[in-house]
This record gives sequence, structure tokens and C-alpha cells, in this order.
Amino acid sequence: MVSIAASSPTGLAVLVSAVFLACAVEMVEALTIVLAVGKTRGWKSAMEGTGAALVVLAVLVAIFGPSLVKVPIDALRLIIGGVLLIFGMQWLRKAILRSSGLKAMHDEDAIYAETVAELEAAAGRPDRDRLAFVMAFKGVFLEGLEVVITVITLGTSAHRLGVASVTAAIALLLVGIVGAIVAKQLSAVPENAMKMAVGVMLVAYGTFWTGEGLKVRWPGGSSDVMLLVLVGIYLAVTWAAIAVIKRAARPVEVAA
Amino acid sequence: MSNQPKSSLPVRLLRGFAMFWWDFLVGDTPELFVATLVILGVTAVVSVAAHANGVAVVLLPILVILALSGSVARAVRSARR
Repeated sequence: MVSIAASSPTGLAVLVSAVFLACAVEMVEALTIVLAVGKTRGWKSAMEGTGAALVVLAVLVAIFGPSLVKVPIDALRLIIGGVLLIFGMQWLRKAILRSSGLKAMHDEDAIYAETVAELEAAAGRPDRDRLAFVMAFKGVFLEGLEVVITVITLGTSAHRLGVASVTAAIALLLVGIVGAIVAKQLSAVPENAMKMAVGVMLVAYGTFWTGEGLKVRWPGGSSDVMLLVLVGIYLAVTWAAIAVIKRAARPVEVAA
Repeated sequence: MSNQPKSSLPVRLLRGFAMFWWDFLVGDTPELFVATLVILGVTAVVSVAAHANGVAVVLLPILVILALSGSVARAVRSARR
């Protein structure tokens, strides 16, 4: 049985939305760190760190990307489904806790200020700033690796790696341009709402591909209908969970 | 004072890569990692071994909802402690 969840306009729209939002969120997080490093320690080392991270990511994709095609499709879908389930549930859990007031909202201003303070506390500012290079490299590499995993898992399992890659590139470019213009006003991005939407879509995809990998025949014949049903179910569960937690008790702030 | 020899670059890179995957898949929510393995196992038994497709179709999303709810409930409990 081969069903491609992104072969119809609806399935394609879900795939593009999931990849776009996930990549935009990761880009906002990486950009916040690079902006803080650049403004505090100078742009040269920040850009070198960013460039080096992008090169390492490109090499990793070039090495591991083609080998994925050789993995049997059912095994690939099962592994990808499992990874998406874990990743999606982590995002959704965080978004539910933030929306219900049990966890502090992800605040880019606070992260920016924290990074600036850490860098300013470090002594010296040589022409080649190792600390700035390492911080920019780490920020871009770690967030970039999550972008790569999102694009490869969603793209390969839907046989739409090209669409997923182009969507990711557009998201990164758009956030990059907007970020460069507004500089440190990245906190204005509704990151939690985006994270919730991505979480719902990742869990829906994870459920779908896990089922496909385990020979589950989804009802309805058209796979993208089932994908939309799953998105609807998880969205309803998310809203219900937030409502129950909010009603149950007064919010208590916990560490992020 | 530490007499431990410093690890070579490939070892450090491998360790860093392994740490990334550990943080990515397990991190501070090990219950979600374990729950996903259980979901895969139960669904495999129902779908592949017992050939009960209808049950698998209903059971898989329910197990996912239970796993997510359990993890959220755990976080809520520890937040109110």
C-alpha cells in the first residue's frame, strides 16, 4: 500500500504549513542569538560562526540525505513517524503549558538580554573573537539541525523533499529579512501560537506515518482526509487541555 | 586537578552529536520517549500480528492523546508542588 499524504492540494497545504511554521520558529531562535552576538561582540566573528555552522549543516545533509532514499519505505515511515510523534508531542506539551499559564512564554527579548549580558561579562574583544564565533556557531547549528530534521522527515516521507526544502528556504529568508530590519523586536513574533500549530501538525503527521509504517490502512481511501481528521482531533484535545488546566487552578509560574 | 587526557576532536564531535540526539528525543520529557516506544509496540501487535486494522485505526490516536495528556498532567502536578 502506498499512499502519499501530500499528493493532493490539501495534503500539500498541510505539509507546506508545517514546514514553514517550524522553520520560521527555529530561525527566530537562531537569529535572536546571532543578533545578540553581533551587536555585542562585533559582526565579523558572529558572521563567521554563522557561516561555519551553515557549511557543517550542508555537509551533514549532503552525506546523510541521499542515504535515506535507500532505506525501505515502511521502515523509513516508521522511524520518521516515531521521531515526529516525540518531537510533536514535546512542542505541543510546551505550547499547552505556556498557553495555560503554567510555563513562562518564550521571550526573545529575555533571551537576547541574557546573551548580551553573558557576552559583555566576558573580558576582551580581540579581532578574532572565539567566544562570539562559538556562540553564533552553536545557536545556528543547533536550531539549523532541527530545521534539517523537520525538512528531511516531513519531505522524504511525503515524497516532497523538494517542496519541503523550498518552503524551508523561503521561511528562513523571510524571517532573516524581517529580523534584519526589525533587529531585536523578534519578541513580537507570536511564537507560542506558531509552536502550537506546528505541534498539532507534527503529531498528526507522526500518527499518520507511524500507522503507514505498521501497515495500518487508514479509512476514507484518501490519505489527506485522514490527516485533516487527525489535525482536527489533536487541535480539539489541545484546546480542551488548555481550558481544563486554566479552569482547574490559578496559574503558577515555573522555570522554563 | 584532573589527570584525564583531553578527548580527540572526532570523539568530542561524536559525543556532541550523541548528546544532541539524546536532548532531542529524550531531554526533559523521558515519559514521551517511552510512551512513543509503547505506542509503536502496541500498534505493531494490533495491526501486524493480530491483523485488527479497525482497532489499530482507533487505538493509535487514542494512545497518542493518552501519552500527551499524561505528560501534561505530570508537568501540571510538578508545577503546583
